Amino acid sequence: MIFTIAARELRSLFLSPLAWAILAVTQFILAWLFLAQIDTWITLQPRLAAIEGAPGVADIVVAPLLANAGIVLLLITPLITMRSLSDEYRGHTISLLLSAPVSMTEIVLGKYLGILGFFLALLLMLTLMPLSLLAGTDLDMGKLAAGLLGLGLMLAAFAAIGLYMSSLTEQPVVAAVTTFGLLLLLWIIDEAGTAQATGAMGYLSMLSHYKGLLKGVFNSMDVAYYLLVIALFTGFTIRRLDATRLPH
Amino acid sequence: MSSNTLVTASGLYRYYNQHCAVNDVSFELSRGDVLGFLGPNGAGKSSTMQMLSGNLSPSAGEIIINGIDLLDRPKDAKREIGYLAEQPPVYRELTVNEYLDYCARLNRIPRERRAQALATAKERCGLADVATRLIGNLSKGYRQRVGIAQAIIHTPAVVILDEPTVGLDPLQIREIRSLIRELGEDHGIILSTHILPEVQATCNRVQIIHQGRLVFADTAAGLDARMSATSLVARFGNPPDVSRLLALPGVAEVAALDDGRVRIDFTGDSPAEALVEQAVAGGWRLQELTAERHTLEQIFIELTTGDAPGHASGAAA
Repeated sequence: MIFTIAARELRSLFLSPLAWAILAVTQFILAWLFLAQIDTWITLQPRLAAIEGAPGVADIVVAPLLANAGIVLLLITPLITMRSLSDEYRGHTISLLLSAPVSMTEIVLGKYLGILGFFLALLLMLTLMPLSLLAGTDLDMGKLAAGLLGLGLMLAAFAAIGLYMSSLTEQPVVAAVTTFGLLLLLWIIDEAGTAQATGAMGYLSMLSHYKGLLKGVFNSMDVAYYLLVIALFTGFTIRRLDATRLPH
Repeated sequence: MSSNTLVTASGLYRYYNQHCAVNDVSFELSRGDVLGFLGPNGAGKSSTMQMLSGNLSPSAGEIIINGIDLLDRPKDAKREIGYLAEQPPVYRELTVNEYLDYCARLNRIPRERRAQALATAKERCGLADVATRLIGNLSKGYRQRVGIAQAIIHTPAVVILDEPTVGLDPLQIREIRSLIRELGEDHGIILSTHILPEVQATCNRVQIIHQGRLVFADTAAGLDARMSATSLVARFGNPPDVSRLLALPGVAEVAALDDGRVRIDFTGDSPAEALVEQAVAGGWRLQELTAERHTLEQIFIELTTGDAPGHASGAAA
């Protein structure tokens, strides 16, 4: 049942030109960044070859690419998630889901998986770029995998937050703006930190957990952070959807 | 509760903040019933429908669908419900086929029965010709039919239709009404409307809701009897003396209207026949004779100002 809802969500996403436009633009921007990094790599390579234990192509090309991808995806996530539940409210199609024999949890997880499906497609296309390097050089697959895991987890957390914001309003634009605001806040929250505050704020920051994984360091605390964000916001969404039926 | 009782709603309340939209509504629906929910705008019809379909939780009360408590076991109960909201819940970007397939899956129709269920629903709602078109490109009438198809695709015990004919042209209205009558043969149907002829054309039971309260519950024939004429309006080219009219059997009062016509209030059987005979015999040159029927508004007024004791409590039975 979850997959039925997810499949429809994904289908509707791809039936709108928005999803295609986003895929195309993202791919173009990231390809540009990728080529720029390759350029840097080519200029640096002669000097790096002389140094023992110098950073490899995974550090100089892949890590910056994935880091930039994180920022680009932070910008586009609100556009993908904004319509998820808002459109159901606005088009009155929510009554179809509410009167069907499915639970709120199934509805929300279905919606969430649909969005994840889109991000998975995006991530696969992005992965093809670093993988193309294999044709000409060695690549540290461990670092690539850690970086992709980080990006994937972060995207999943973005999606959970976006879905929740979309469940709050009938207006997709409002959902997009609030999602964007919250994501950006979580991104830069550690900037606010003076020495004492850095600990807690740093822990809340999406970026700080991503950095570790980008370096190829798999820390279960970072993974737990993303899983917590995902669980928290999907839980909120389920509660929110439940609350639309309750007397108030 | 008899085995044929499909819906039992008891003591339903729904508050929006301080506003009480539905106030102690109770009723039953049996197999083969087409129940018309009648009421002016804002009377609480849609809220009641939404509660019955699980779209809204009641503030208090109990809803049993086909023996299953909707609030305790919503998933099981919702299998027995088909619901068409005021706005048909259709995805404009899907084709009719894709949409109905999705609905069939949502309602957990097993894979092997899905094609059959789709074909039946399309056939019943006359959608075969538009099956491959995008819902967004269909006319309002067709979209409404898609909405109905969605509500009946899993052959639920109860079909709940919220103002199914709003915004349709007269031809489409006639088609939808005959479809509803047809569905009523093997489902229990609850229909809400503010259009009286709709109830008369399709329903065998009527409930009137006003300001959240059920003020009238009877068979359609009962409503008809209530609305039947108690006055005649006549125009004469050569008006007779009022006393001659008062002398007709059953006539209680005669009043001259502004435009030269007379209203004749009566009790019991209509004096129309006697009036026509007298008019011919007396040379009154009768030009027009109409039975004045009560409008729904008059019935509302009658019911809500407490003119009709006997009927108001019928709902609780």
